[in-house]
Amino acid sequence: MTAVADAPVRADGAGAPPGRRPPTARWMTTTSLVYALLVALAVVYIFPFLISISTSFKTTADAAGNPLSLVPATFTTAAYERLFLNSDFPLWFQNSVIVTLVVTLGRVMFVSMAGYALARLPFRGRGVVFAGVVAVMAVPSVVLLIPKFLVINTLGIYDSYAGLIIPLLADAAGVFIMKNFFESIPPSVEEAARIDGAGTFRVFWSVVLPMARPPLVTIVILSFQGSWNELSHFIVASQSQELFNLTKGVAQLASGALSQGTQYPLKLGAAVIMTIPVAVLFFVFQRRIMNASAGAVKG
Amino acid sequence: MLLVVPIQTALSLALAVLVNRRILRGKGFFRTAFYFPSVTSSVAITVVFLFLFTASGSVNRMLSYLSVDGPNWIDDPRGVLHVILNALGVDQPPAPLQSAPFLGLSWWQWLAGPSVAMCVFIIMAIFTTSGTFMLLFLAALQNISGEVEEAAMVDGTTAWQRLRYVTIPMLRPTIFTVVTLGLIGTWQVFDQIYTGTRGSPGKTTLTPAYLSYETSFNGQQWGRGAAIAFILFAIIVAMTIVQRIVLVERDIVPARKRFYRTGGTPGGEKP
Repeated sequence: MTAVADAPVRADGAGAPPGRRPPTARWMTTTSLVYALLVALAVVYIFPFLISISTSFKTTADAAGNPLSLVPATFTTAAYERLFLNSDFPLWFQNSVIVTLVVTLGRVMFVSMAGYALARLPFRGRGVVFAGVVAVMAVPSVVLLIPKFLVINTLGIYDSYAGLIIPLLADAAGVFIMKNFFESIPPSVEEAARIDGAGTFRVFWSVVLPMARPPLVTIVILSFQGSWNELSHFIVASQSQELFNLTKGVAQLASGALSQGTQYPLKLGAAVIMTIPVAVLFFVFQRRIMNASAGAVKG
Repeated sequence: MLLVVPIQTALSLALAVLVNRRILRGKGFFRTAFYFPSVTSSVAITVVFLFLFTASGSVNRMLSYLSVDGPNWIDDPRGVLHVILNALGVDQPPAPLQSAPFLGLSWWQWLAGPSVAMCVFIIMAIFTTSGTFMLLFLAALQNISGEVEEAAMVDGTTAWQRLRYVTIPMLRPTIFTVVTLGLIGTWQVFDQIYTGTRGSPGKTTLTPAYLSYETSFNGQQWGRGAAIAFILFAIIVAMTIVQRIVLVERDIVPARKRFYRTGGTPGGEKP
Protein backbone atom coordinates (compact mmCIF):
# COMPACT_ATOMS: atom_id res chain seq x y z
CA MET A 1 0.00 0.00 0.00
CA THR A 2 2.70 2.46 0.90
CA ALA A 3 4.45 1.90 -2.37
CA VAL A 4 1.26 2.56 -4.28
CA ALA A 5 0.45 5.63 -2.24
CA ASP A 6 3.93 6.94 -2.85
CA ALA A 7 3.67 7.13 -6.59
CA PRO A 8 1.21 10.03 -6.96
CA VAL A 9 3.07 12.03 -4.32
CA ARG A 10 6.22 11.87 -6.34
CA ALA A 11 4.29 12.71 -9.46
CA ASP A 12 2.89 15.70 -7.58
CA GLY A 13 6.35 17.04 -7.04
CA ALA A 14 7.26 16.63 -10.69
CA GLY A 15 4.08 17.77 -12.35
CA ALA A 16 2.96 20.36 -9.77
CA PRO A 17 -0.79 19.93 -10.14
CA PRO A 18 -2.99 22.83 -9.21
CA GLY A 19 -4.91 21.30 -6.32
CA ARG A 20 -2.10 19.74 -4.26
CA ARG A 21 -4.63 17.67 -2.42
CA PRO A 22 -3.55 14.38 -0.90
CA PRO A 23 -4.19 11.39 -3.18
CA THR A 24 -7.56 10.01 -2.29
CA ALA A 25 -8.68 6.50 -3.04
CA ARG A 26 -11.03 7.77 -5.70
CA TRP A 27 -8.32 9.75 -7.37
CA MET A 28 -6.20 6.62 -7.41
CA THR A 29 -8.87 4.58 -9.12
CA THR A 30 -9.41 7.24 -11.78
CA THR A 31 -5.71 7.40 -12.43
CA SER A 32 -5.34 3.68 -12.78
CA LEU A 33 -8.42 3.57 -15.01
CA VAL A 34 -6.91 6.23 -17.23
CA TYR A 35 -3.70 4.25 -17.44
CA ALA A 36 -5.53 1.05 -18.25
CA LEU A 37 -7.49 2.78 -20.98
CA LEU A 38 -4.38 4.38 -22.43
CA VAL A 39 -2.44 1.16 -22.43
CA ALA A 40 -5.32 -0.69 -24.07
CA LEU A 41 -5.59 1.96 -26.77
CA ALA A 42 -1.86 2.01 -27.30
CA VAL A 43 -1.92 -1.75 -27.79
CA VAL A 44 -4.65 -1.36 -30.40
CA TYR A 45 -2.60 1.26 -32.20
CA ILE A 46 0.71 -0.58 -32.10
CA PHE A 47 -0.54 -4.10 -32.61
CA PRO A 48 -1.01 -3.88 -36.41
CA PHE A 49 2.63 -2.88 -36.79
CA LEU A 50 3.92 -5.60 -34.51
CA ILE A 51 1.87 -8.23 -36.24
CA SER A 52 3.04 -7.14 -39.66
CA ILE A 53 6.66 -7.37 -38.57
CA SER A 54 6.23 -10.83 -37.08
CA THR A 55 4.13 -12.11 -39.96
CA SER A 56 6.74 -11.04 -42.45
CA PHE A 57 9.06 -13.59 -40.83
CA LYS A 58 6.52 -16.38 -40.94
CA THR A 59 5.91 -18.94 -43.61
CA THR A 60 2.82 -18.44 -45.72
CA ALA A 61 1.01 -21.35 -44.08
CA ASP A 62 1.92 -20.15 -40.62
CA ALA A 63 0.68 -16.65 -41.43
CA ALA A 64 -2.68 -17.98 -42.51
CA GLY A 65 -2.95 -20.46 -39.66
CA ASN A 66 -1.87 -18.31 -36.73
CA PRO A 67 -2.74 -14.77 -37.68
CA LEU A 68 -2.66 -13.57 -34.08
CA SER A 69 0.60 -14.96 -32.75
CA LEU A 70 3.41 -12.48 -32.44
CA VAL A 71 6.14 -15.12 -32.59
CA PRO A 72 6.66 -16.99 -35.86
CA ALA A 73 6.38 -20.76 -35.47
CA THR A 74 9.30 -21.17 -37.82
CA PHE A 75 11.44 -18.14 -38.23
CA THR A 76 12.16 -17.61 -41.91
CA THR A 77 13.40 -14.77 -44.02
CA ALA A 78 12.00 -16.35 -47.17
CA ALA A 79 9.67 -13.44 -47.78
CA TYR A 80 12.51 -10.95 -47.69
CA GLU A 81 14.72 -13.14 -49.84
CA ARG A 82 12.00 -13.31 -52.43
CA LEU A 83 11.41 -9.61 -52.26
CA PHE A 84 15.03 -8.68 -52.74
CA LEU A 85 16.25 -11.43 -55.01
CA ASN A 86 13.29 -12.47 -57.13
CA SER A 87 11.19 -9.41 -57.68
CA ASP A 88 11.27 -5.81 -58.76
CA PHE A 89 11.32 -4.71 -55.19
CA PRO A 90 14.92 -3.39 -55.17
CA LEU A 91 14.10 -1.38 -58.26
CA TRP A 92 11.03 0.13 -56.61
CA PHE A 93 13.06 0.93 -53.55
CA GLN A 94 15.75 2.57 -55.63
CA ASN A 95 13.21 4.66 -57.52
CA SER A 96 11.60 5.75 -54.30
CA VAL A 97 14.96 6.78 -52.88
CA ILE A 98 15.90 8.74 -56.01
CA VAL A 99 12.59 10.54 -56.23
CA THR A 100 12.40 11.27 -52.53
CA LEU A 101 15.94 12.63 -52.31
CA VAL A 102 15.64 14.85 -55.36
CA VAL A 103 12.22 16.10 -54.35
CA THR A 104 13.37 16.86 -50.82
CA LEU A 105 16.46 18.73 -52.02
CA GLY A 106 14.49 20.59 -54.63
CA ARG A 107 11.78 21.56 -52.22
CA VAL A 108 14.23 22.92 -49.70
CA MET A 109 15.76 25.08 -52.40
CA PHE A 110 12.68 26.31 -54.24
CA VAL A 111 10.47 26.67 -51.22
CA SER A 112 13.01 28.75 -49.31
CA MET A 113 13.72 30.98 -52.31
CA ALA A 114 10.05 31.47 -53.05
CA GLY A 115 9.31 32.12 -49.40
CA TYR A 116 12.07 34.71 -49.21
CA ALA A 117 10.91 36.46 -52.38
CA LEU A 118 7.35 36.61 -51.11
CA ALA A 119 8.43 37.85 -47.72
CA ARG A 120 11.07 40.41 -48.61
CA LEU A 121 11.47 41.29 -52.27
CA PRO A 122 9.13 44.00 -53.44
CA PHE A 123 7.72 43.22 -56.86
CA ARG A 124 4.48 43.86 -58.65
CA GLY A 125 1.77 41.33 -58.02
CA ARG A 126 3.39 39.86 -54.94
CA GLY A 127 0.08 39.80 -53.15
CA VAL A 128 -1.56 38.03 -56.07
CA VAL A 129 1.18 35.42 -56.22
CA PHE A 130 0.89 34.78 -52.52
CA ALA A 131 -2.89 34.53 -52.74
CA GLY A 132 -2.34 32.01 -55.54
CA VAL A 133 -0.05 29.94 -53.34
CA VAL A 134 -2.61 29.88 -50.56
CA ALA A 135 -5.35 28.98 -53.02
CA VAL A 136 -3.30 26.06 -54.32
CA MET A 137 -2.96 24.81 -50.78
CA ALA A 138 -6.74 24.60 -50.52
CA VAL A 139 -7.17 22.40 -53.59
CA PRO A 140 -7.08 18.72 -52.75
CA SER A 141 -4.60 16.72 -54.78
CA VAL A 142 -7.05 14.05 -55.96
CA VAL A 143 -9.05 16.69 -57.77
CA LEU A 144 -5.96 17.62 -59.76
CA LEU A 145 -5.14 14.14 -61.02
CA ILE A 146 -6.58 14.63 -64.48
CA PRO A 147 -5.21 18.12 -65.17
CA LYS A 148 -1.88 16.95 -63.79
CA PHE A 149 -1.80 14.07 -66.24
CA LEU A 150 -2.72 16.33 -69.14
CA VAL A 151 -0.02 18.85 -68.29
CA ILE A 152 2.62 16.17 -67.81
CA ASN A 153 1.64 14.64 -71.10
CA THR A 154 1.71 17.93 -72.98
CA LEU A 155 5.14 18.73 -71.61
CA GLY A 156 6.36 15.39 -72.92
CA ILE A 157 7.67 14.22 -69.57
CA TYR A 158 5.14 11.44 -69.11
CA ASP A 159 6.73 8.19 -68.01
CA SER A 160 10.11 9.66 -67.11
CA TYR A 161 11.93 10.61 -63.94
CA ALA A 162 11.31 14.23 -64.85
CA GLY A 163 7.59 13.57 -64.82
CA LEU A 164 7.82 11.88 -61.47
CA ILE A 165 9.94 14.56 -59.86
CA ILE A 166 9.26 17.99 -61.34
CA PRO A 167 5.57 18.31 -60.42
CA LEU A 168 6.43 17.53 -56.80
CA LEU A 169 9.29 20.03 -56.56
CA ALA A 170 7.33 22.98 -55.29
CA ASP A 171 4.96 22.79 -52.43
CA ALA A 172 2.57 25.53 -51.45
CA ALA A 173 2.47 24.65 -47.77
CA GLY A 174 6.28 24.84 -47.66
CA VAL A 175 6.31 28.25 -49.32
CA PHE A 176 3.79 29.37 -46.76
CA ILE A 177 5.87 28.15 -43.83
CA MET A 178 9.07 29.73 -45.17
CA LYS A 179 7.41 33.04 -45.94
CA ASN A 180 6.07 33.24 -42.41
CA PHE A 181 9.48 32.47 -41.02
CA PHE A 182 11.36 35.00 -43.14
CA GLU A 183 8.88 37.66 -42.17
CA SER A 184 9.68 37.00 -38.54
CA ILE A 185 13.39 37.83 -39.00
CA PRO A 186 14.05 41.47 -38.13
CA PRO A 187 14.87 43.38 -41.34
CA SER A 188 17.76 45.14 -39.62
CA VAL A 189 19.86 41.99 -39.98
CA GLU A 190 19.53 42.11 -43.74
CA GLU A 191 20.03 45.86 -43.86
CA ALA A 192 23.35 45.49 -42.10
CA ALA A 193 24.48 42.95 -44.69
CA ARG A 194 23.24 45.15 -47.50
CA ILE A 195 25.21 48.12 -46.22
CA ASP A 196 28.25 45.88 -46.23
CA GLY A 197 27.66 45.55 -49.97
CA ALA A 198 25.92 42.18 -50.29
CA GLY A 199 23.49 41.67 -53.18
CA THR A 200 20.04 40.20 -52.79
CA PHE A 201 21.11 36.64 -53.42
CA ARG A 202 24.11 37.00 -51.19
CA VAL A 203 21.94 38.30 -48.36
CA PHE A 204 19.59 35.39 -48.85
CA TRP A 205 22.27 32.75 -49.12
CA SER A 206 24.79 33.76 -46.48
CA VAL A 207 22.73 35.71 -43.99
CA VAL A 208 19.10 34.67 -43.96
CA LEU A 209 19.25 31.04 -44.97
CA PRO A 210 21.62 29.97 -42.18
CA MET A 211 19.15 31.46 -39.72
CA ALA A 212 16.34 29.40 -41.21
CA ARG A 213 17.46 26.02 -40.01
CA PRO A 214 14.42 25.16 -37.86
CA PRO A 215 11.81 25.70 -40.58
CA LEU A 216 14.08 24.02 -43.13
CA VAL A 217 14.20 20.90 -40.99
CA THR A 218 10.42 20.99 -40.95
CA ILE A 219 10.38 21.27 -44.74
CA VAL A 220 12.77 18.35 -45.06
CA ILE A 221 10.61 16.18 -42.84
CA LEU A 222 7.38 17.11 -44.54
CA SER A 223 8.68 16.65 -48.05
CA PHE A 224 10.51 13.42 -47.28
CA GLN A 225 7.45 11.91 -45.71
CA GLY A 226 5.18 13.38 -48.37
CA SER A 227 7.07 12.17 -51.39
CA TRP A 228 7.93 8.80 -49.89
CA ASN A 229 4.27 8.11 -49.21
CA GLU A 230 2.93 9.70 -52.38
CA LEU A 231 0.89 7.37 -54.53
CA SER A 232 -1.65 9.10 -56.75
CA HIS A 233 0.88 11.34 -58.46
CA PHE A 234 3.05 8.39 -59.47
CA ILE A 235 0.07 6.48 -60.78
CA VAL A 236 -0.81 9.39 -63.00
CA ALA A 237 2.70 10.29 -64.10
CA SER A 238 4.11 6.97 -65.24
CA GLN A 239 3.22 3.50 -66.35
CA SER A 240 6.34 1.58 -67.26
CA GLN A 241 7.67 -1.08 -64.91
CA GLU A 242 11.07 0.57 -64.62
CA LEU A 243 9.57 3.65 -63.03
CA PHE A 244 7.52 1.88 -60.38
CA ASN A 245 8.31 3.12 -56.93
CA LEU A 246 7.53 1.57 -53.58
CA THR A 247 4.02 2.85 -53.04
CA LYS A 248 2.91 1.93 -56.52
CA GLY A 249 4.67 -1.41 -56.49
CA VAL A 250 3.36 -2.45 -53.12
CA ALA A 251 -0.13 -1.30 -54.04
CA GLN A 252 0.03 -3.53 -57.07
CA LEU A 253 1.39 -6.36 -54.98
CA ALA A 254 -1.47 -5.93 -52.53
CA SER A 255 -4.21 -5.99 -55.10
CA GLY A 256 -2.83 -9.28 -56.31
CA ALA A 257 -1.53 -8.29 -59.72
CA LEU A 258 1.95 -9.69 -59.16
CA SER A 259 1.56 -12.45 -56.65
CA GLN A 260 -0.17 -15.77 -56.75
CA GLY A 261 -2.37 -16.60 -53.80
CA THR A 262 -2.34 -14.65 -50.62
CA GLN A 263 1.38 -14.57 -49.73
CA TYR A 264 0.90 -12.39 -46.74
CA PRO A 265 4.48 -12.62 -45.44
CA LEU A 266 5.67 -11.19 -48.74
CA LYS A 267 3.20 -8.32 -48.79
CA LEU A 268 3.69 -7.48 -45.15
CA GLY A 269 7.46 -7.65 -45.55
CA ALA A 270 7.18 -5.10 -48.33
CA ALA A 271 4.97 -2.94 -46.16
CA VAL A 272 7.41 -3.18 -43.26
CA ILE A 273 10.36 -2.16 -45.39
CA MET A 274 8.57 0.78 -46.88
CA THR A 275 7.62 1.94 -43.41
CA ILE A 276 11.17 1.83 -42.04
CA PRO A 277 12.63 5.04 -43.55
CA VAL A 278 9.67 7.12 -42.44
CA ALA A 279 9.70 5.44 -39.05
CA VAL A 280 13.38 6.27 -38.58
CA LEU A 281 12.75 9.86 -39.58
CA PHE A 282 9.79 9.95 -37.23
CA PHE A 283 11.70 8.72 -34.23
CA VAL A 284 14.66 10.98 -34.86
CA PHE A 285 12.62 14.15 -35.26
CA GLN A 286 9.62 13.10 -33.18
CA ARG A 287 9.16 16.26 -31.21
CA ARG A 288 9.55 18.48 -34.21
CA ILE A 289 7.21 16.46 -36.40
CA MET A 290 4.49 16.67 -33.80
CA ASN A 291 4.91 20.43 -33.48
CA ALA A 292 5.24 20.97 -37.21
CA SER A 293 2.14 19.13 -38.25
CA ALA A 294 0.02 20.74 -35.60
CA GLY A 295 1.40 24.13 -36.56
CA ALA A 296 1.14 23.65 -40.28
CA VAL A 297 -2.52 22.80 -40.22
CA LYS A 298 -3.28 25.58 -37.83
CA GLY A 299 -1.49 28.15 -39.98
CA MET B 1 -18.25 7.67 -44.84
CA LEU B 2 -20.38 9.79 -42.59
CA LEU B 3 -19.51 7.41 -39.80
CA VAL B 4 -15.84 8.29 -39.88
CA VAL B 5 -16.07 11.90 -38.85
CA PRO B 6 -17.97 11.65 -35.57
CA ILE B 7 -15.98 8.65 -34.45
CA GLN B 8 -12.61 10.06 -35.34
CA THR B 9 -13.43 13.38 -33.72
CA ALA B 10 -14.63 11.76 -30.53
CA LEU B 11 -11.76 9.33 -30.39
CA SER B 12 -9.06 11.88 -31.06
CA LEU B 13 -10.56 14.24 -28.51
CA ALA B 14 -10.62 11.44 -25.98
CA LEU B 15 -7.02 10.56 -26.77
CA ALA B 16 -5.95 14.17 -26.43
CA VAL B 17 -7.71 14.64 -23.12
CA LEU B 18 -6.22 11.45 -21.79
CA VAL B 19 -2.72 12.20 -23.00
CA ASN B 20 -2.91 15.79 -21.83
CA ARG B 21 -3.25 14.87 -18.16
CA ARG B 22 -0.61 16.75 -16.32
CA ILE B 23 0.55 13.87 -14.21
CA LEU B 24 1.12 11.11 -16.65
CA ARG B 25 4.14 8.98 -17.07
CA GLY B 26 5.17 7.86 -20.51
CA LYS B 27 3.29 10.75 -22.08
CA GLY B 28 5.73 10.77 -24.96
CA PHE B 29 5.30 7.07 -25.49
CA PHE B 30 1.54 7.28 -25.76
CA ARG B 31 1.65 10.27 -28.05
CA THR B 32 4.07 8.47 -30.31
CA ALA B 33 1.97 5.34 -30.34
CA PHE B 34 -1.17 7.21 -31.31
CA TYR B 35 0.50 9.42 -33.86
CA PHE B 36 2.64 6.82 -35.58
CA PRO B 37 -0.09 5.48 -37.89
CA SER B 38 -0.53 8.99 -39.26
CA VAL B 39 3.00 9.26 -40.60
CA THR B 40 3.27 5.86 -42.19
CA SER B 41 2.34 5.31 -45.77
CA SER B 42 -1.32 4.70 -46.43
CA VAL B 43 -0.35 1.94 -48.84
CA ALA B 44 1.56 0.07 -46.14
CA ILE B 45 -1.28 0.43 -43.67
CA THR B 46 -3.77 -0.78 -46.22
CA VAL B 47 -1.68 -3.89 -46.80
CA VAL B 48 -1.58 -4.54 -43.08
CA PHE B 49 -5.32 -4.04 -42.73
CA LEU B 50 -6.06 -6.31 -45.66
CA PHE B 51 -4.17 -8.98 -43.79
CA LEU B 52 -5.84 -8.30 -40.46
CA PHE B 53 -9.29 -8.45 -42.00
CA THR B 54 -9.04 -11.51 -44.21
CA ALA B 55 -11.57 -14.27 -43.61
CA SER B 56 -9.04 -16.20 -41.53
CA GLY B 57 -7.22 -13.11 -40.34
CA SER B 58 -6.36 -11.76 -36.93
CA VAL B 59 -9.58 -9.86 -36.35
CA ASN B 60 -11.80 -12.83 -37.08
CA ARG B 61 -9.59 -15.00 -34.93
CA MET B 62 -10.02 -12.56 -32.10
CA LEU B 63 -13.78 -12.50 -32.66
CA SER B 64 -13.88 -16.27 -32.61
CA TYR B 65 -12.49 -16.20 -29.07
CA LEU B 66 -15.61 -14.27 -28.24
CA SER B 67 -17.47 -16.95 -30.20
CA VAL B 68 -18.58 -14.54 -32.90
CA ASP B 69 -18.35 -15.63 -36.49
CA GLY B 70 -16.57 -12.80 -38.18
CA PRO B 71 -17.75 -11.83 -41.64
CA ASN B 72 -15.65 -12.20 -44.74
CA TRP B 73 -14.79 -8.55 -44.28
CA ILE B 74 -13.22 -7.24 -47.41
CA ASP B 75 -15.31 -9.30 -49.82
CA ASP B 76 -18.63 -8.68 -48.17
CA PRO B 77 -20.85 -6.24 -50.06
CA ARG B 78 -23.80 -6.42 -47.68
CA GLY B 79 -24.74 -3.26 -45.88
CA VAL B 80 -24.15 -3.23 -42.17
CA LEU B 81 -27.74 -2.29 -41.37
CA HIS B 82 -28.98 -5.10 -43.58
CA VAL B 83 -26.76 -7.51 -41.70
CA ILE B 84 -28.15 -6.31 -38.38
CA LEU B 85 -31.72 -6.49 -39.63
CA ASN B 86 -31.07 -9.95 -40.98
CA ALA B 87 -29.98 -11.07 -37.57
CA LEU B 88 -33.24 -9.69 -36.22
CA GLY B 89 -35.17 -11.71 -38.76
CA VAL B 90 -35.93 -9.03 -41.31
CA ASP B 91 -34.56 -10.09 -44.65
CA GLN B 92 -37.14 -8.80 -47.09
CA PRO B 93 -37.46 -5.05 -47.48
CA PRO B 94 -40.88 -3.70 -46.57
CA ALA B 95 -42.80 -2.78 -49.70
CA PRO B 96 -42.71 1.03 -49.45
CA LEU B 97 -38.95 0.97 -49.21
CA GLN B 98 -38.51 -1.22 -52.22
CA SER B 99 -39.90 1.29 -54.67
CA ALA B 100 -39.43 5.06 -54.43
CA PRO B 101 -36.14 5.27 -56.22
CA PHE B 102 -33.86 8.16 -55.41
CA LEU B 103 -30.88 8.71 -57.70
CA GLY B 104 -31.35 5.24 -59.14
CA LEU B 105 -31.20 3.27 -55.90
CA SER B 106 -34.18 2.17 -53.88
CA TRP B 107 -34.54 3.52 -50.36
CA TRP B 108 -33.81 0.03 -49.09
CA GLN B 109 -30.43 0.24 -50.70
CA TRP B 110 -29.81 3.75 -49.45
CA LEU B 111 -30.55 2.59 -45.96
CA ALA B 112 -28.14 -0.30 -46.20
CA GLY B 113 -25.42 1.62 -44.42
CA PRO B 114 -21.79 1.13 -45.32
CA SER B 115 -20.96 -2.30 -46.65
CA VAL B 116 -19.02 -4.63 -44.42
CA ALA B 117 -16.05 -4.12 -46.72
CA MET B 118 -16.36 -0.38 -46.31
CA CYS B 119 -16.24 -0.82 -42.55
CA VAL B 120 -12.66 -1.95 -42.91
CA PHE B 121 -11.84 1.32 -44.61
CA ILE B 122 -13.81 3.24 -42.02
CA ILE B 123 -11.81 1.65 -39.24
CA MET B 124 -8.63 2.30 -41.17
CA ALA B 125 -9.50 5.96 -41.72
CA ILE B 126 -10.15 6.37 -38.03
CA PHE B 127 -6.91 4.59 -37.22
CA THR B 128 -4.77 6.77 -39.45
CA THR B 129 -6.32 10.16 -38.82
CA SER B 130 -7.03 10.15 -35.12
CA GLY B 131 -3.35 10.76 -34.33
CA THR B 132 -3.17 13.95 -36.37
CA PHE B 133 -6.36 15.26 -34.90
CA MET B 134 -5.19 14.31 -31.44
CA LEU B 135 -2.26 16.67 -31.97
CA LEU B 136 -4.61 19.47 -33.00
CA PHE B 137 -6.65 18.95 -29.86
CA LEU B 138 -3.51 18.77 -27.75
CA ALA B 139 -2.32 22.09 -29.09
CA ALA B 140 -5.70 23.60 -28.30
CA LEU B 141 -5.86 22.03 -24.84
CA GLN B 142 -2.51 23.51 -23.97
CA ASN B 143 -3.80 26.95 -24.88
CA ILE B 144 -6.53 26.70 -22.29
CA SER B 145 -5.01 28.21 -19.20
CA GLY B 146 -4.95 26.18 -16.03
CA GLU B 147 -6.76 28.98 -14.20
CA VAL B 148 -10.02 28.17 -15.89
CA GLU B 149 -9.88 24.63 -14.72
CA GLU B 150 -8.82 25.68 -11.25
CA ALA B 151 -11.78 28.00 -11.03
CA ALA B 152 -14.05 25.17 -11.98
CA MET B 153 -12.36 22.93 -9.45
CA VAL B 154 -12.86 25.45 -6.69
CA ASP B 155 -16.53 25.50 -7.62
CA GLY B 156 -16.60 21.84 -6.72
CA THR B 157 -17.09 20.26 -10.12
CA THR B 158 -16.27 16.67 -10.89
CA ALA B 159 -13.72 15.83 -13.54
CA TRP B 160 -16.49 14.81 -15.92
CA GLN B 161 -18.37 18.07 -15.42
CA ARG B 162 -15.19 20.03 -16.04
CA LEU B 163 -14.67 18.18 -19.28
CA ARG B 164 -18.25 18.55 -20.37
CA TYR B 165 -18.95 22.17 -19.40
CA VAL B 166 -15.54 23.82 -19.43
CA THR B 167 -13.08 22.04 -21.67
CA ILE B 168 -15.30 21.02 -24.55
CA PRO B 169 -16.98 24.42 -25.01
CA MET B 170 -13.55 26.01 -25.07
CA LEU B 171 -12.41 23.51 -27.65
CA ARG B 172 -15.29 24.30 -29.97
CA PRO B 173 -13.21 26.04 -32.62
CA THR B 174 -10.81 23.10 -32.78
CA ILE B 175 -13.68 20.66 -32.92
CA PHE B 176 -15.05 22.52 -35.92
CA THR B 177 -11.67 22.51 -37.59
CA VAL B 178 -11.24 18.80 -37.01
CA VAL B 179 -14.72 18.01 -38.27
CA THR B 180 -14.15 20.00 -41.43
CA LEU B 181 -10.73 18.51 -42.06
CA GLY B 182 -12.22 15.11 -41.44
CA LEU B 183 -15.08 15.69 -43.85
CA ILE B 184 -12.73 16.97 -46.52
CA GLY B 185 -10.42 14.04 -45.92
CA THR B 186 -13.09 11.38 -46.21
CA TRP B 187 -14.30 12.70 -49.53
CA GLN B 188 -10.92 12.27 -51.11
CA VAL B 189 -9.86 8.86 -49.90
CA PHE B 190 -7.97 7.38 -52.80
CA ASP B 191 -4.80 5.50 -51.91
CA GLN B 192 -6.54 3.01 -49.66
CA ILE B 193 -9.14 2.09 -52.25
CA TYR B 194 -6.58 1.87 -55.02
CA THR B 195 -4.42 -0.42 -52.94
CA GLY B 196 -7.22 -2.42 -51.43
CA THR B 197 -10.40 -3.23 -53.21
CA ARG B 198 -10.66 -0.89 -56.20
CA GLY B 199 -14.33 -0.37 -55.54
CA SER B 200 -15.33 -4.00 -55.27
CA PRO B 201 -17.33 -5.80 -53.94
CA GLY B 202 -20.39 -4.54 -55.75
CA LYS B 203 -19.14 -0.95 -55.98
CA THR B 204 -19.66 -0.55 -52.26
CA THR B 205 -16.20 0.81 -51.56
CA LEU B 206 -16.10 3.36 -54.35
CA THR B 207 -15.14 6.84 -53.20
CA PRO B 208 -15.64 9.93 -55.38
CA ALA B 209 -11.89 10.35 -55.73
CA TYR B 210 -11.34 6.81 -56.87
CA LEU B 211 -14.37 6.91 -59.15
CA SER B 212 -12.95 9.98 -60.86
CA TYR B 213 -9.63 8.25 -61.45
CA GLU B 214 -11.28 5.04 -62.60
CA THR B 215 -13.58 6.76 -65.08
CA SER B 216 -10.88 8.80 -66.72
CA PHE B 217 -7.81 6.60 -66.64
CA ASN B 218 -9.30 3.16 -67.05
CA GLY B 219 -12.57 4.05 -68.73
CA GLN B 220 -10.99 6.70 -70.95
CA GLN B 221 -13.96 8.97 -70.28
CA TRP B 222 -11.96 12.05 -69.52
CA GLY B 223 -14.81 14.53 -69.53
CA ARG B 224 -16.80 12.46 -67.11
CA GLY B 225 -13.85 11.88 -64.80
CA ALA B 226 -13.06 15.58 -64.78
CA ALA B 227 -16.68 16.35 -64.02
CA ILE B 228 -16.64 14.00 -61.04
CA ALA B 229 -13.43 15.62 -59.83
CA PHE B 230 -14.98 19.04 -60.22
CA ILE B 231 -18.10 18.11 -58.26
CA LEU B 232 -15.82 16.73 -55.59
CA PHE B 233 -13.92 20.01 -55.59
CA ALA B 234 -17.15 21.98 -55.32
CA ILE B 235 -18.26 19.90 -52.34
CA ILE B 236 -14.93 20.43 -50.62
CA VAL B 237 -14.98 24.17 -51.30
CA ALA B 238 -18.52 24.37 -49.95
CA MET B 239 -17.45 22.61 -46.78
CA THR B 240 -14.46 24.92 -46.40
CA ILE B 241 -16.70 27.96 -46.78
CA VAL B 242 -19.10 26.63 -44.16
CA GLN B 243 -16.17 26.17 -41.85
CA ARG B 244 -14.96 29.72 -42.51
CA ILE B 245 -18.38 31.12 -41.68
CA VAL B 246 -18.53 29.13 -38.48
CA LEU B 247 -15.00 30.21 -37.57
CA VAL B 248 -15.78 33.88 -38.08
CA GLU B 249 -18.87 33.48 -35.96
CA ARG B 250 -17.04 31.96 -33.08
CA ASP B 251 -14.30 34.57 -33.12
CA ILE B 252 -16.77 36.55 -31.06
CA VAL B 253 -17.26 33.74 -28.59
CA PRO B 254 -13.79 33.77 -27.00
CA ALA B 255 -14.15 37.47 -26.32
CA ARG B 256 -17.35 36.81 -24.41
CA LYS B 257 -15.71 33.89 -22.65
CA ARG B 258 -12.86 36.08 -21.56
CA PHE B 259 -15.36 38.48 -20.04
CA TYR B 260 -16.97 35.67 -18.11
CA ARG B 261 -13.66 34.38 -16.97
CA THR B 262 -12.43 37.68 -15.54
CA GLY B 263 -15.77 38.06 -13.87
CA GLY B 264 -15.68 34.55 -12.52
CA THR B 265 -12.17 34.23 -11.13
CA PRO B 266 -12.39 36.83 -8.32
CA GLY B 267 -15.63 35.25 -7.24
CA GLY B 268 -13.89 31.92 -7.15
CA GLU B 269 -11.07 33.28 -5.03
CA LYS B 270 -13.23 34.84 -2.33
CA PRO B 271 -14.14 31.72 -0.40
